[in-house]
Amino acid sequence: MISLTSPIRTKAHYWPASIKLGSLCIATALLFLIEDIWVLISVFTLVMLTYALPGKVFLLNGLRQLRMLWPFILIVGVWHVWIGSFVDGGVIVVRLVSAVALANLVTMTTKLSDMIDVISVILRPLHALGLKLKVVEIAIALVIRLTPVLVSKGSQLSDAWRARSERAPSWRIILPFIILALDDTDHVADALKARGGLES
Amino acid sequence: MEKNVALIALFAALIAALGLMPKLMLGFGVPITAQNLGVMLCGTILGSKRGAMSVLLFLLLVAVGLPLLSGGRGGLGLFVSPSAGFLIGWPVSAFVTGLIVEKWRGPSLAVVAGIASVIGGILVLYAFGIVGLSIALDKSLLETTGLVTAFVPGDFIKSVIAGMLTAALAKARPASVLSVS
Repeated sequence: MISLTSPIRTKAHYWPASIKLGSLCIATALLFLIEDIWVLISVFTLVMLTYALPGKVFLLNGLRQLRMLWPFILIVGVWHVWIGSFVDGGVIVVRLVSAVALANLVTMTTKLSDMIDVISVILRPLHALGLKLKVVEIAIALVIRLTPVLVSKGSQLSDAWRARSERAPSWRIILPFIILALDDTDHVADALKARGGLES
Repeated sequence: MEKNVALIALFAALIAALGLMPKLMLGFGVPITAQNLGVMLCGTILGSKRGAMSVLLFLLLVAVGLPLLSGGRGGLGLFVSPSAGFLIGWPVSAFVTGLIVEKWRGPSLAVVAGIASVIGGILVLYAFGIVGLSIALDKSLLETTGLVTAFVPGDFIKSVIAGMLTAALAKARPASVLSVS
């Protein structure tokens, strides 16, 4: 499974994930306190310069992640042009894009394994409430393994539908899809038990 | 224990797969993103606690940077984006949906699961989503409610489908519909 971590190695890849996540929290909180458009634009420029630092591929990758924001930018843009308060609209849009870009920056420069280590530390206090870390770790591994399996089974069902019908696959294939998946679950559960189980 | 963990992980993977598979069509040639159908099914099939855990597990993997949301989106940015409220509302939505199916012995499972999906998957979820949007876009709750109403009909159809699928699964694999067994 491909993670969203950037294949372009940067210095930030080697910084501790906990510090990156901690500073992200503080930076995001501060960002929402800034009301001045010029300060926000400077912050945004700084964030974009950080994206540009590791090179063109990294920058383009980062910008692609931000594309999902366009409907919101459009709505806010049209709205504020309509009511004639351009600066307020600018503040909202620049702050929004900067916040998402900053968060994505942490995702892009942190390896999946480092992230999961941080989660283990965060979840440790929940041990007292009966949450077993080992179980969470196995569940994470299972989802990562099962997702491509299910996608391939779903695609096979879609292909089987297409081979028999002129129309595109409908929601009706979800039922056999879930049944296939549920039957897999029984095998997975047996396999877990056969390898020592999760109780101990 | 093993069966529960396997089911929770499987449904998390199912939500992911429903978003990554080729788009499915509703009757009238309208493509649907089936991902929140997956969240509804977590509640109606796994029940309140396991359903919510399954959705939490899915969100955890999205947060650590796996591109599991529809369109291959993922990462921490989503949790500060305008749609963050919907993501945060997902586990609660699955919990409420599951709780209703567990507690209410109504006319038929299809009807119960369908209504539970409407309450959990639309009312509860949109409450979270609207608050999130209103914070991110700095608009009033009423204004943001207007923005999302366009999505209600689609989600209503998904609720009906969730109800029918749950009833059909209860017949095909009764032992796996944990919410009613």
